[in-house]
Amino acid sequence: MTQLTQTPDKGGTDTADRPRGQGSSTSGRMLPLLIKILALAVVDALAVYAVLVLIGAKAWVVAGVVVVVTAIVNWIYFSRRALPAKYLAPGVIFLCLFQVFVLVYTGYVAFTNYGTGHNGNKDQAISALSAAALQRVPDSPTFPVSVVTRSEELGLLVTAPGGDALLGTSESALEPVEATFEAGKAVATPGWQTLQFAQILDRTDEVAQLSVPFSDDPNEGALRTPDGSNGYLYISTLHYDEVADTLTDESTGKVYRDTGEGAFTADDGEQLMPGWQVTVGLDNFARAVTDARLAQPLLYVTAWTFGFALLSVATTFALGLFLAIVFNHPAMRGRKLYRALLIIPYAVPSFLSALVWAGMMNESFGFLNQVVFGGAMIPWLSDPWMAKLSVLLVNLWLGFPYMFLVCTGALQAIPDELTEAGTVDGASGWSIFRFIKLPLVLVSVAPLLIASFAFNFNNFNIVYMLTGGGPRDPSAPIPVGHTDLLISMVYKVAFTGQVRDYGLASAYSIIIFVVVAIISVIAFRRTKSLEELN
Amino acid sequence: MSASTLDREDGPDIPTERKRSAGAWFTDTGWRHLVGLVAVAFALFPVVFVISSSLNPNGTLTGSNRLFSAIGIDSYARILGGSQTPFLTWFGNTMLIAALTAVLTVFLGALAAYAFSRMRFTGRRFGLIAIIVVQMFPQLLGVVAIFLLLSTIGDWFPEIGLNSRIGLILVYLGGALGANTYLMYGFFNTLPPSLDEAARLDGASHVRIFFRIILPLVTPILAVVALLSFITTLNEYVVASVILIDSEKQTLAVGLTQLVSNPRYADWSAFSAGTVIAALPVVALFLYLQKYIVGGLASGAVK
Repeated sequence: MTQLTQTPDKGGTDTADRPRGQGSSTSGRMLPLLIKILALAVVDALAVYAVLVLIGAKAWVVAGVVVVVTAIVNWIYFSRRALPAKYLAPGVIFLCLFQVFVLVYTGYVAFTNYGTGHNGNKDQAISALSAAALQRVPDSPTFPVSVVTRSEELGLLVTAPGGDALLGTSESALEPVEATFEAGKAVATPGWQTLQFAQILDRTDEVAQLSVPFSDDPNEGALRTPDGSNGYLYISTLHYDEVADTLTDESTGKVYRDTGEGAFTADDGEQLMPGWQVTVGLDNFARAVTDARLAQPLLYVTAWTFGFALLSVATTFALGLFLAIVFNHPAMRGRKLYRALLIIPYAVPSFLSALVWAGMMNESFGFLNQVVFGGAMIPWLSDPWMAKLSVLLVNLWLGFPYMFLVCTGALQAIPDELTEAGTVDGASGWSIFRFIKLPLVLVSVAPLLIASFAFNFNNFNIVYMLTGGGPRDPSAPIPVGHTDLLISMVYKVAFTGQVRDYGLASAYSIIIFVVVAIISVIAFRRTKSLEELN
Repeated sequence: MSASTLDREDGPDIPTERKRSAGAWFTDTGWRHLVGLVAVAFALFPVVFVISSSLNPNGTLTGSNRLFSAIGIDSYARILGGSQTPFLTWFGNTMLIAALTAVLTVFLGALAAYAFSRMRFTGRRFGLIAIIVVQMFPQLLGVVAIFLLLSTIGDWFPEIGLNSRIGLILVYLGGALGANTYLMYGFFNTLPPSLDEAARLDGASHVRIFFRIILPLVTPILAVVALLSFITTLNEYVVASVILIDSEKQTLAVGLTQLVSNPRYADWSAFSAGTVIAALPVVALFLYLQKYIVGGLASGAVK
């Protein structure tokens, strides 16, 4: 049944039936095949390249995944079976990587202390700590050095006391290399470009920061060059004892141990930063709900998120339905024009509208206070309750056109006979609306109201661009404000402020996901949308 | 619910009364116009304000308050000149990212919708439900994981890692199978299966049926989904702000937000000019495609 894998003679009988189309039919057969082979060739070439890079980076697991996925893709498109898979595979691959994997990974991060100060692994933390505590060794020998570079990375070409050339970078310790010598000093090595004096001056700061580990043992210290031509040995005041797994500050004698919290901790509780990433179990979740300073913001942000989503749906639907009823009158002229004008807030990209409104609501300079309210100093965005009201007002402006369109459609789908029957029975206009039209409209727009609730539940843009979540709550240890929704709180915890706490942010994400999933399941149960799938 | 019923203006069967008092006219339709005018004023005054301040040659926020007090195109020249901001680059980035995402989303979504609508296979029902459930976790929530994922990918392949526009598009395509696929799936189901059966009897392959028969028939829903995806991407801030680091790689949403992060000190009229330039194409497209959008939304409502 798949034409792409048909044998040539079968194609021949096919075209014999329709003599007119022989030429076009043959090309119609060859072209898709060519495209398919070309596309798969590109995919396979990219996969081979990716696997080579990944093997070079020793990322075995990822390389394995790439191999397996590529094999499956090739099988799907060369097989005669698996027809649905041919259509589903591209979307599913993206879905798996950027939705499913992201979901699982968020779950994993929620169980770690990942964040500022806990970015890498323990070895990286030890070398970073050692490097930060480097001090020049008095009376150490002077090493002649040349600063070399390769694709933006700086390295030191060192002439050892015995006359050998050694090369190292901040990432890799000194190792012997081939080099050209001038007056007993190594000045160039293949694959690296030697910096000239002027270039060293240009990059003084980078050169001064460069410290090349003497060997793989961090306790042996590092070479640094203050001037770009002479290197000196620096040794860390922190000594790492591999057997005892402790760091000792040799200037004070203080001992720091790995206590399982992802940082070297002294007996008095002092922690050395950076630490490293460890799994902390349910700590983040526990912290979010039991630490009073975090639990309180979580509570009022959750309450406001629900309030905002519900009120947004209610206000936009009420105004939209009201306008739809007002304009749903056959004898009214200019309805098309009204509709085109009322649709405009919906058509303007919402991030732009929110920014414009933020300007108009500025307390001292904004259009609303200065012109509309004649110089009043209404704290639109700086008072906790006014800010909430402003967010709702702007969201009403953004959202009512959509509800207006939807309700107009739903109203016009109600047969006129129903209204007529009601009128004949002597019902007032209000009763007809209340008992006939509203229930019918609600039935048809209910799924959209649920979708609108879900959208507003995570309506990041309006809050972030209008109030920035503010006014800020000064008592909370995280940058949270009175109009923050759960989603903007996650963003701020993860990406703004001095301390980025990926672990806590991910824990919040998981909490939100569970809440949204439960609400959606209940909502879908009620509307029976899931049951309609056949 | 089709768009045509919405456009039904004064039908021929409506009795029009020529002689009636002003009072009767008001209770019948006059007050409707009054409500309409108030609603239009509410809908348009921010738009009027932003157009006015964009025409103000050197406006701060305060200076923009007297509507149309000064007319000039200096602020347009300022924002387009790029002396303070790479506005044109942001604009180009946004259009390119949003357009590519829209086209690819529609393509991937249509492929999947075709399979779900026309083929019966094991796991089909599970697949449909799985898509809904996974979509309940919006990418917004996974932004930490997306950041860490792209930063890891960037260590091996800088072209698609952090700070890469291609990487951002790939992330957006993770949502290609989602609510949009549902919209298309529903529309595909309305085409009679006898169409493709007839074509199959004539010897057409599934590829040919998809590209030559199905796709042309579902163009309206493809246009709606493409437009909705375009606008969603245009508005997307969170993921873009986390992935795109360099100023010249950013999108309008990220760039303009930083530009007026403190409206008091920002060049407000240049920002307004930027807003007008950025919003115009979208509003024009929207009004032009109004019928389809209304139809698409309404069909979602009434189904």
